[in-house]
Amino acid sequence: MEFAELIKTPRVDGVVLHRPFMPTVEGTLCLTGHHLILSSRQDNTEELWLLHSNIDSIEKRFVGSLGTIIVKCKDLRVIQLDIPGMEECLNIASSIEALSTLDSVSLMYPFFYRPMFEVIEDGWNSFLPEDAFKDLESMTDEWRLSDVNKDFSVCPSYPPLVAVPKDIDDDTLRKAATFRHSGRFPVLSYYHKKNGMVMMRSGQPLTGTNGRRCKEDEKLINATLRPGKRGYIIDTRTINVAQQAKARGGGFESEANYPQWRRIHKALERYEHLLNLFDISFDVVISSMDRWLSKLEASSWQTHVKEILTTACLAAQCIDREGASVLVHGTEGTDSTLQVTSLAQIILDPACRTIRGFQGLVEREWLQAGHPFQQRCAQSAYSNSKPRQESPVFLLFLDCVWQILRQFPCSFEFSESFLVLLFEHAYASQFGTFLGNSTAERLSLPEKTVSLWSWVNRPQELERLTNPLYEANSLVIWPSVAPQSLLLWEGVFLRWNRSSRCLDEAYEEMVHIIEYNKELQNKVNSLRRQLAQLETEDPLLQTP
Amino acid sequence: MEHIRLPKVESVRLLDRVSPRRSRVGTLYLTATHTIFVENEAGVRNETWVLHSLVCSVEKQGASASGCPLVIHCKNFQVLHFVLPRERECHDVQLSLQRLSQPESYEELYCFSYKPNVDEEERRQEWDFLGLKADYSRMGLPNSLWKLSPVNRHYKVSDTYPADLFVPESATPPVIVGSSKFRSRGRFPTLSYYSKENHAAICRSSQPLSGFSARCLEDEQMLEAILRSNPRSDFMYVVDTRPKLNAIANRAAGKGYENEDNYSNIKFQFLGIENIHVMRNSQQKMLEVCELRSPSMSDFLEGLESSGWLKHIKAVLDAGIFIAKAVAEEGVSVLVHCSDGWDRTAQVCSVACVLLDPYYRTLRGLMVLIEKDWISFGHKFSHRCNHLVGDPKEVSPIIDQFLECVWQLMEQFPCAFEFNERFLITIHSHIYSCQYGNFIGNNQRERIELGLRERTHSLWSYLWTNQADYINPLYRPDHSQTQGLLRPSTAPYCFKFWRGLYNRFDRGMHPRQSVEDYLSAIQEETQQLEEQLASHKQKIAQLEQEQGWRSVTQKAVGFDKSPTAWARGNDLSLANTPQDYTGGFLTSSPCQPKTPDSSLILLPKDLNQTSESNLSNGSDQESGIADLSCRSPLSEDSTRDADSDEAAYSAA
Repeated sequence: MEFAELIKTPRVDGVVLHRPFMPTVEGTLCLTGHHLILSSRQDNTEELWLLHSNIDSIEKRFVGSLGTIIVKCKDLRVIQLDIPGMEECLNIASSIEALSTLDSVSLMYPFFYRPMFEVIEDGWNSFLPEDAFKDLESMTDEWRLSDVNKDFSVCPSYPPLVAVPKDIDDDTLRKAATFRHSGRFPVLSYYHKKNGMVMMRSGQPLTGTNGRRCKEDEKLINATLRPGKRGYIIDTRTINVAQQAKARGGGFESEANYPQWRRIHKALERYEHLLNLFDISFDVVISSMDRWLSKLEASSWQTHVKEILTTACLAAQCIDREGASVLVHGTEGTDSTLQVTSLAQIILDPACRTIRGFQGLVEREWLQAGHPFQQRCAQSAYSNSKPRQESPVFLLFLDCVWQILRQFPCSFEFSESFLVLLFEHAYASQFGTFLGNSTAERLSLPEKTVSLWSWVNRPQELERLTNPLYEANSLVIWPSVAPQSLLLWEGVFLRWNRSSRCLDEAYEEMVHIIEYNKELQNKVNSLRRQLAQLETEDPLLQTP
Repeated sequence: MEHIRLPKVESVRLLDRVSPRRSRVGTLYLTATHTIFVENEAGVRNETWVLHSLVCSVEKQGASASGCPLVIHCKNFQVLHFVLPRERECHDVQLSLQRLSQPESYEELYCFSYKPNVDEEERRQEWDFLGLKADYSRMGLPNSLWKLSPVNRHYKVSDTYPADLFVPESATPPVIVGSSKFRSRGRFPTLSYYSKENHAAICRSSQPLSGFSARCLEDEQMLEAILRSNPRSDFMYVVDTRPKLNAIANRAAGKGYENEDNYSNIKFQFLGIENIHVMRNSQQKMLEVCELRSPSMSDFLEGLESSGWLKHIKAVLDAGIFIAKAVAEEGVSVLVHCSDGWDRTAQVCSVACVLLDPYYRTLRGLMVLIEKDWISFGHKFSHRCNHLVGDPKEVSPIIDQFLECVWQLMEQFPCAFEFNERFLITIHSHIYSCQYGNFIGNNQRERIELGLRERTHSLWSYLWTNQADYINPLYRPDHSQTQGLLRPSTAPYCFKFWRGLYNRFDRGMHPRQSVEDYLSAIQEETQQLEEQLASHKQKIAQLEQEQGWRSVTQKAVGFDKSPTAWARGNDLSLANTPQDYTGGFLTSSPCQPKTPDSSLILLPKDLNQTSESNLSNGSDQESGIADLSCRSPLSEDSTRDADSDEAAYSAA
């Protein structure tokens, strides 16, 4: 087995584990192909199981022969391991470094993981495009499911089946695809049942410097407009960035060629820039108030949350309030575009606020839509290596969902823990769901790995993720995007730097209040039935 | 009434701060006590009431073709932007309001004309609701270590102190009087809080008149007596809550701080809380940030940081923690002072009390605490809150900071407080409103002279009567968070901006569903269920016993579990209305039919209008999210309050 070569010292005794807000644990450190395990071999003491793929970077320090490894994880946790013996420490460190940066996907843990739970429903089949289309068909007959991309030749990052206007044939799609970045021709993202308006997404049009046009592309998107109606194109780039893209063959839809569309430019920065911002590595020792706020400000993470939410609200507003259809794109159409289209659906569509609906949304708008998870989530905040394709695009999306959840705490079926779970699994997981960058790359996964949804959609797990406050809310929910309304997502960013005991207790108290109420309702109902029965059995009562 | 130059102005516009296009037209009335804006829309009676005593500033801005803007800032952080048709009217309203909002004598204050419908007997009882004697006896006082001293009975020793004061058993009147002569304003060291578990006490005073070298034997004896009142401890802390530089500067004026060499067994400590002027400016800067129209995230965070407000809140809380830990963990007594001992000292002693004693985290306890460390010990409410026209340099949000410290603690310990945020905000509002007599004047002596107990109403009894509104559903007296000393984290990220207070009237900024109100409603329902359960059980037992002997006439009351049982309000427009996300791109206000002249709208007019109005009708009639944002605290008339809140949102 190849892993064995990478593990020079599989086991060290007398290792001490330090974690903030937790007692230190002394025990035996074991390295396996996929895990770093620390066990005290005593009952009642928590063992540490850490996936190597969760490790973002490590630091080594030596004091005499006592070595210390600081392990920084992608879920933002930082732990410290004191390892007696310099050689052992060096061996462990180099093994961790090697094992946490394996290049080959097929060596990843999901290919080795065997579920210890009973799979009730295979998550790989839970959210197929054809099933989603059936829902659409029940609402409108203006769309069809095209298999133009069945061999991924038209657009490598699209799924084999996409929803397109009924009157547009596959040839038109093929031609339109040549006019869009990475072949990402406009496809249906969301159908607003209330007024029949739609949201589409695509890559940027390849107009280039000489203003190329593509009749098929124009025909395709115009086919989504009702007679006499106009639509909005939301370009997630500023007009300047979009102008500059022309020099590299990209561009935007000109008024002349798309007279029925009004273009709006927003400033959702491209992902390269985002990476630096993710490093808000919250220093536990920051003691001065000023430094904290300026650090938070300098990270501009919150600025991004605000901009993304604002753009999503704008898209939702165009659809719901202006009664117009919308096309969203940035450059590739795989990052900020998906943030906007998926958040707009959370705002507009109550179904997306359920646990299952949200899984479906992540499947449709992120996984099947070709967000390159593997590239984006290869490293997170603590990585020392120079970023290439990494960017916390998906985490920003989850943060925005959390913001809406905070503002509408009773309108979501899931609780914050579901969002945290998705964040963790996007970066390191035993499940295959977030492996690869597109449907094409994931073709073999259903046979070889377990889907995250198989794990989530079991009663005990669903119960853990359910928001006890949930009451279905059929409305469009408009969040506030004022800076005062947007909070730092402590459940992710401060999770390991604070004691959450009091907040956890408050949560339990809340659950208790609700459960006690339900229990009483059941008791009262059953007593009422009993009473009714007694009353009917009472012969005197029947003769008034 | 003689100050009202113009009782009524028509065709006044009230602008919405967030989206100015969403303005409302109505009539502005000036009455003796309120400014009232009545919207002229057919079918709705939408009114905004603003108490004159809550008005902080009235600013007339440059007139334009559309009229003359008048901006009213209120002490409860409401901001109203009116546009009056003519400059003349605007000028008159401004002058009237300026005069009405800054009474020259106490007699003009609202509390003397506020007459709710209660008889005199009830009114008197309101004032008996809270007594400090009861709190001191709750602490176990007087006892063999601390006694009630009559020395200030006629306010002769210190005219800003209360009549009843606890001093160490061994402190004789000559020592007390001697010590008082060595302290600013005669505010000698006296007891604020006593821990009966370990005998440690929090005492408070003003700064000593030590200058560069002065000593006072009686003052030294007084501190010695305080130390001896804590038999298990061989030293005490003397805490100067000021920054060291400020204290040193005071020495030049013959004031200053204790010299450790002159007092036996004291440990001296500076706590570095800034003075009232710094705090006033800081809050002003923060409020400017809160008022920015559509600020970016950076504008907001940078502004918040440069205001320094959270830094000051942290300083106050840190100081409170220092004292609470000394008392609870070390069992050491603490003497706290600042300059006069009525601002920072009040803050720090009361914060320490909240941390130390679960009682002060209850509804009644917080009222008692404010009564004790703020009202009775002479926090100068009328000066600090600008109740009367006076020196603007005396105004400072010291009490705001205390309430905010409590709020920050509530955020960290959601189960530890019996009351909710609304309770703090209501108290805040009434500290400034002058509707109740509690906060009028600057010390006990003044309050007695004004006859407040005889002539006005008490807020505490009002709050107690309406306690259902102020209960935190997560509070349980037997919860572990409720017990003992609170040990908050003071990492900077634990300090949050208090949107609920400072942007209180920008209702669009608040969560659209309130977990707390949801849980309160559930608890209310649970209570009903418990009663039903008991009555069903009883009936069943009865029926079974009677075995058909007698008929049961009483039918079970059906219980309706409607999914929105918790929905108290019915204002759906807010939750269901998008904000201005467009930066002015989309011109139509989403809830109004589109104006035909809006050139940016691309759709053919006729089509657009039909579809649009259908749509907006449809969506505005949707329901499901009740508006549960905080209610108006002003108590007199609930329907009116609902209106004023409603109006305030659109105005904001």
